Amino acid sequence: MSKAFRFWGLVPAWALMLLTLIVPILIVAAVSVAERGAYGGFTWGFDLTSYRQILFTEGWTDELEFDPAYLIIIGRTLAYAAGATLISLLLALPVSYFISLQSARMKLILVYLVTLPFWVSMIVRVYAWLIILGNDGLAERAFRLFGGWDVPGFLFTPGAMLTGMVYSYIPLMILPVYASVEKLDPALIEASHDLYGSRWTAMRRVILPLASPGLMAGSILVFVPCLGTVLEPMLLGGGKQLMMGTLIQNQFGGARNWPFGSAIAMLLLAMVIGVLILNARRALARQTEVAP
Amino acid sequence: MSRQSAIEIAGVSKQFGDFTALDHVDFKIQQNEFFTLLGPSGCGKTTLLRMIAGFETPTQGDILLNGKTISDSPAHRRKINTVFQNYALFPHMTLAQNVAFGLENLGWAKGDIKTRVDEMLEMVHMAQFARRKPDQLSGGQKQRIALARALAPKPEVLLLDEPLSALDLKLRQSMRDELRRLQRETGITFVFVTHDQEEALDMSDRIAVMGHGRVQQIGAPDEIYEAPENRFVADFIGETNFLDGEVTALDGDTATIHTALGIDVTTTQSGVTAPGPAVLSIRPEKIGLETQAEDETREGTVVSRNYMGGFTHYTVEAGGVSLRVSRRNAQARADRIEVGDTVTLGFQPANARILGQ
Repeated sequence: MSKAFRFWGLVPAWALMLLTLIVPILIVAAVSVAERGAYGGFTWGFDLTSYRQILFTEGWTDELEFDPAYLIIIGRTLAYAAGATLISLLLALPVSYFISLQSARMKLILVYLVTLPFWVSMIVRVYAWLIILGNDGLAERAFRLFGGWDVPGFLFTPGAMLTGMVYSYIPLMILPVYASVEKLDPALIEASHDLYGSRWTAMRRVILPLASPGLMAGSILVFVPCLGTVLEPMLLGGGKQLMMGTLIQNQFGGARNWPFGSAIAMLLLAMVIGVLILNARRALARQTEVAP
Repeated sequence: MSRQSAIEIAGVSKQFGDFTALDHVDFKIQQNEFFTLLGPSGCGKTTLLRMIAGFETPTQGDILLNGKTISDSPAHRRKINTVFQNYALFPHMTLAQNVAFGLENLGWAKGDIKTRVDEMLEMVHMAQFARRKPDQLSGGQKQRIALARALAPKPEVLLLDEPLSALDLKLRQSMRDELRRLQRETGITFVFVTHDQEEALDMSDRIAVMGHGRVQQIGAPDEIYEAPENRFVADFIGETNFLDGEVTALDGDTATIHTALGIDVTTTQSGVTAPGPAVLSIRPEKIGLETQAEDETREGTVVSRNYMGGFTHYTVEAGGVSLRVSRRNAQARADRIEVGDTVTLGFQPANARILGQ
């Protein structure tokens, strides 16, 4: 294959990357340093006010005051994303293990079922939870029926938000975790029992370390979209708790502050890239960790 | 009282749904014995091994270790270790960590673990590889680490599940010697599972031949080969010719059979309870041809000849019966027998055995 062909052959791919990925990001980056217009909109320029606004507000006398309001939103976003990732992880492990123990045919069916919700629009699925968790919804009725408790309502609570996030993204956790659990040689677990290891030992010293590439991949796949999630906090959280995703949406919508929305979006992007770099370095370290 | 047996299998049966994997198996394995479970695939030998290890539970019956039942204790509480068929080394641990794994779970002190790991790696000549990971090893090296890992905690009994089947031929021979050496050095009871009769005959103190979920015969290698108790054993171990016949006289362990070859043979018997149809089993190497022909002789025609180097295998038709004969090539290029030749064949009755139908 000639050098020229290799170059020109890749042009469509590069063009697509440029148009759909690089250019939009550059536009958002440019908007984030633009000046906010008086009636919404913006004028191009170079102005870091939007970034400053993340940490400081201007007081009555134009002096800058430290304001943690947006930091709290960022922290809350990280906490919810981490929580949703952890819950997904804990649920995905037994589910994956269960699937891996089934017959080949059953495995195929179950993996298909795991991905099934993806065929339905995200909004529809979140609305379904609205009905389940809503006033006098399925969840409340079930509690009344089986527990006899009158629960005050699930909707618009942190729990409802987490439930929605876990539900939305858990297939992204189950698939890679299943892939690594399925590869696990059952003889290794037997060997661990044979060498006086309890079930807990087998889990801690054999299953978890060997499944860790899948656990890491799944965690990234859940954590990253959870950082930017909009629907769950809006519909299930009732918009009471601002998250980065909803904040960006507000700035572009109601607040009509595009530069600030873009600045938050860039910060979110930086956080995502940071997580990915951390993970890549970890993976590299694992690979090179071969003794002489 | 006789010595305490290391393992006792007492009336053990195992059902998998409708399939009977083991059917009332009963036997004892002595201390310090190299004991082999030999049989074709599906005979239940692996199921039995997994029961001793604790990975399967008997549907019926009991398993005893040093006279005490272990049926109720899980695998990780049995002082029994296993060398797995595909080694099952932990891929994320170094060889030293693999060998240390059992000792750590037993709560050994750090210093003792280090000493023992070094000692075990030394024993299997792998000391210089201690910090490698399993995927950097050849099959034979993995095998030795699997052995070191299983022997490190000083188990009462070591189970070996077809440990040589994944190795190439040359390596297999040297690992056989290595296994015997380790067994003698450690004095640990070895229970070895294989479908390879040559391995079994070579290494074992005693062999249990298994077939159809039952123990068909237990004995020293030469007993199994020379004095099989039934057709299954005679057929499975080595090669043999079965001559149909009619037992005409029966006297305890000896009987006289009138064979399809048209000759009467009086020799030891097993499984014949009354005069009637039976078979005469005679091994190919125990039949003499032409100049070597002995007591009971008969004329036959050579229909095929396979030269194997040390041996030549012939098929000879005599009296409507086709017999396999194998002849050692003791002299270079001596008295060649060709296809189509007429030969005299014969055997000593003591080398043949009458078996019940």
